[in-house]
Amino acid sequence: MVFWRVPFDSEEIQITTGIVYIIEDRCKGCGYCIEYCPRDVLEFSSKFNTKGYHPPAVKKPDDCVNCHYCEILCPEFAIYSVEASTEQG
Amino acid sequence: MKQIKKQVRHPLDDLLRIDRIPHIWCPGCGIGTAFSSCLIAMRESGIDLEKTVMVSGIGCSGRGAGYVNLDSYHTTHGRAIPFATGMKLANPELNVVVFSGDGDLFAIGGNHFIHAARRNVDLTVVCVNNFTYGMTGGQVAATTPLKAKTTTTPVGNPDTPFNLPLLAYASGATYVARWTILHTRDLTESIEEALLNRGFSFIEVLSPCPVNYGRRNKENGIDSLKIYQERTIIRNDAQPWELDIDFDRGIVLGKFIQTERPTCTDRYDNTCRPKELIEGEKGLE
Amino acid sequence: MRPAVLTGEYFMTGDVACAEGALAAGCRFFGGYPITPATEVAEHIAGRLPEVGGTFIQMEDEIAAMASIIGASCAGVKSMTSTSGPGFSLMMENIGLAICTETPCVVVNVQRAGPSTGLPTQGAQGDMMQARWGSHGHYDIIALAPSSPQEIFYQTIDAFNLSETYRLPVLIMTDEMIGHLSERVVIPDAKKIKTVSRPRPKGRKDRFKPFEPGPNGVAPMAHAGEGYHIHVTGLTHDERGYPVMTVEAQKAMMAQLMGKIQRNLDDIIRTEAYRLEDAEVVIVSYGVSARTSLAAVDEAREQGIKAGLLRLVTVWPFPEAQIRNLAKKVKGFVTVEINLGQIHLEVERCAAGKVPSFLVGHPGGTIITPERVVEALKEFF
Ligand SMILES: Cc1ncc(C[n+]2csc(CCOP(=O)(O)OP(=O)(O)O)c2C)c(N)n1
Ligand code: SF4
Ligand code: SF4
Ligand code: SF4
Ligand SMILES: [Mg+2]
Repeated sequence: MVFWRVPFDSEEIQITTGIVYIIEDRCKGCGYCIEYCPRDVLEFSSKFNTKGYHPPAVKKPDDCVNCHYCEILCPEFAIYSVEASTEQG
Repeated sequence: MKQIKKQVRHPLDDLLRIDRIPHIWCPGCGIGTAFSSCLIAMRESGIDLEKTVMVSGIGCSGRGAGYVNLDSYHTTHGRAIPFATGMKLANPELNVVVFSGDGDLFAIGGNHFIHAARRNVDLTVVCVNNFTYGMTGGQVAATTPLKAKTTTTPVGNPDTPFNLPLLAYASGATYVARWTILHTRDLTESIEEALLNRGFSFIEVLSPCPVNYGRRNKENGIDSLKIYQERTIIRNDAQPWELDIDFDRGIVLGKFIQTERPTCTDRYDNTCRPKELIEGEKGLE
Repeated sequence: MRPAVLTGEYFMTGDVACAEGALAAGCRFFGGYPITPATEVAEHIAGRLPEVGGTFIQMEDEIAAMASIIGASCAGVKSMTSTSGPGFSLMMENIGLAICTETPCVVVNVQRAGPSTGLPTQGAQGDMMQARWGSHGHYDIIALAPSSPQEIFYQTIDAFNLSETYRLPVLIMTDEMIGHLSERVVIPDAKKIKTVSRPRPKGRKDRFKPFEPGPNGVAPMAHAGEGYHIHVTGLTHDERGYPVMTVEAQKAMMAQLMGKIQRNLDDIIRTEAYRLEDAEVVIVSYGVSARTSLAAVDEAREQGIKAGLLRLVTVWPFPEAQIRNLAKKVKGFVTVEINLGQIHLEVERCAAGKVPSFLVGHPGGTIITPERVVEALKEFF
């Protein structure tokens, strides 16, 4: 039996580009955002944050589609994305 | 190439008690995600947040009330629902959201749950089901899957877990849904609908407790999410009695019930209040 | 439709007078659960509350009843519940929540004989120490003990006023005899009834700290839905209401919870003296037992024993200073109560060996007659 559909709500998401922000010191390094980013934008950073966890780092910034999935999946309010065009200088 | 610059304001920051972040939840704990969904839904639903209250019981999930930057009450173990009932009946203008754990709402507080559902008290109840008592170190709960290992069932749980949506439905809830923290968008949408539903609304959120449940069942946080991904199916039309928690057979997710019936307050006003009083009040409007 | 204050003269039971007192005090929410001999309080107020814009709900048990009245009070409505022994036991954890969160509410215990299911229809005064210490942890509480249906009417108003003034649950420790006794009760004009409401915040909402004491040592109380964004928890907390898991925070919170009572003992403690001026032997009693003791004082005096009565209108906080002072001038104390020695222990403690202290007790189920008290006085002194 197939239980899953891929990708998440793809019909509903406009394909735009996004910028992802990481509030590194809030991160507890669970890796959920990295594992479940549909575009594989993120990876673990090699550095430690102040709590001693490896926060995510942006590996492929141009691939972010601003789907906000990392933002809503993160249990720590540590990552979010904004639409690239709406960003001021 | 786009510039990545440091920014520090998360979109949910104004709904959070930032001075209490980081929260106490362990790395990989799903409660934060369920909580985040709840906050997004509260904001998106358009309800008056100044009149919105979060009530929690005791447990890791019960700490939710402590992080929302709205009126919030952290009560006693199992008693969030009767506390919320008193609050809602005393001031029906309030939107009362109960955010708590499976142990809190369905073991020690199970009796309150069925009665509030029976009365259709206009509450939104979000239950973080991590299949265990996280806060006290991972003991067996009323939701622990058959055979799962916990500190008090070291060789496996001999008992059958509750089918919570069935219990909610049978007791009279007017909105019933189940999602996992991986299904965050559906979850958020459901909480939003539940907030707007007049009546007793119940949302079960399956959520990993990697530290006190996962560890004993050889499941880290990512493994749990993989299970939620691979062994679930969305069936909004499923019957409540088809919703047993059995990861071997697959778990059904969805919005199962959305119906209308008079709330506790409606019925009280119509049945118990003297007619003159109700008419008198109407005259004032 | 009847008004909240049913001005007039009635023949009513203590339980009904209690319900009417609550309405007169401004109680508009009652969460209950039936139990003999307290049921009539709930039954009466169930019919009355909807008439005055209030809400009655029969909850699924006493734990829920207690939780519901705390919730209602946090929403800004004066609230009450009533019960008897077994239900009182179930309410204990949430009474502690109301203490810790400084939530005003009133709990009526129409006492019956225990332990356990005991004698459901027969009265006793066996829950007095449970009233004092029944919830876990150390705390101060206020408990009143009415001696007649008329008094229960006024004491219920007083209980609400104390609870609102000091922001804590106030207990009315009555008993089956008073609860079921029918007597003349006069309900005065509404204008003659003084009611008090909790202190309320003023000033900027964003700077408000929900547990920062005001000038009289009690914190103003914001209600749910008023825009203060308060957090309220039964965990040890600071002035912002935030949990703080340190010894210092525990000390500070305890000092606040105890201090607001300890600094105001003169305002809180109510006692009544009967023929105490020249008394050599002091009977200490409360509730129904104070009624029989009253008759015993007169009878003892006829028989040549200079007895007097100190009636505890509030049993908790205990009038330590008063007992200590009396101990300096009298020959001894006799505590009359329908248990096997609870308030007696307090009297003995405060008499501190200066003079003897005796108990006229009873295991429960009936009153202690004046004759028994007089006999005991003769035997002891
Ligand atoms: C009356 C009472 N009994 C027991 C406890 C201890 N206790 C605290 S949290 C908890 C279980 C919480 O389980 P759940 O509601 O599932 O929350 P989780 O920690 O899993 O999120 C227990 C038994 C308590 N605080 N109060
Ligand atoms: S917004 Fe979407 S695409 Fe961009 S990093 Fe987050 S999950 Fe990946
Ligand atoms: S989901 Fe959040 S906490 Fe987990 S690794 Fe990503 S940023 Fe860190
Ligand atoms: S013990 Fe489990 S439920 Fe509690 S915070 Fe940790 S991971 Fe979450
Ligand atoms: Mg749990």
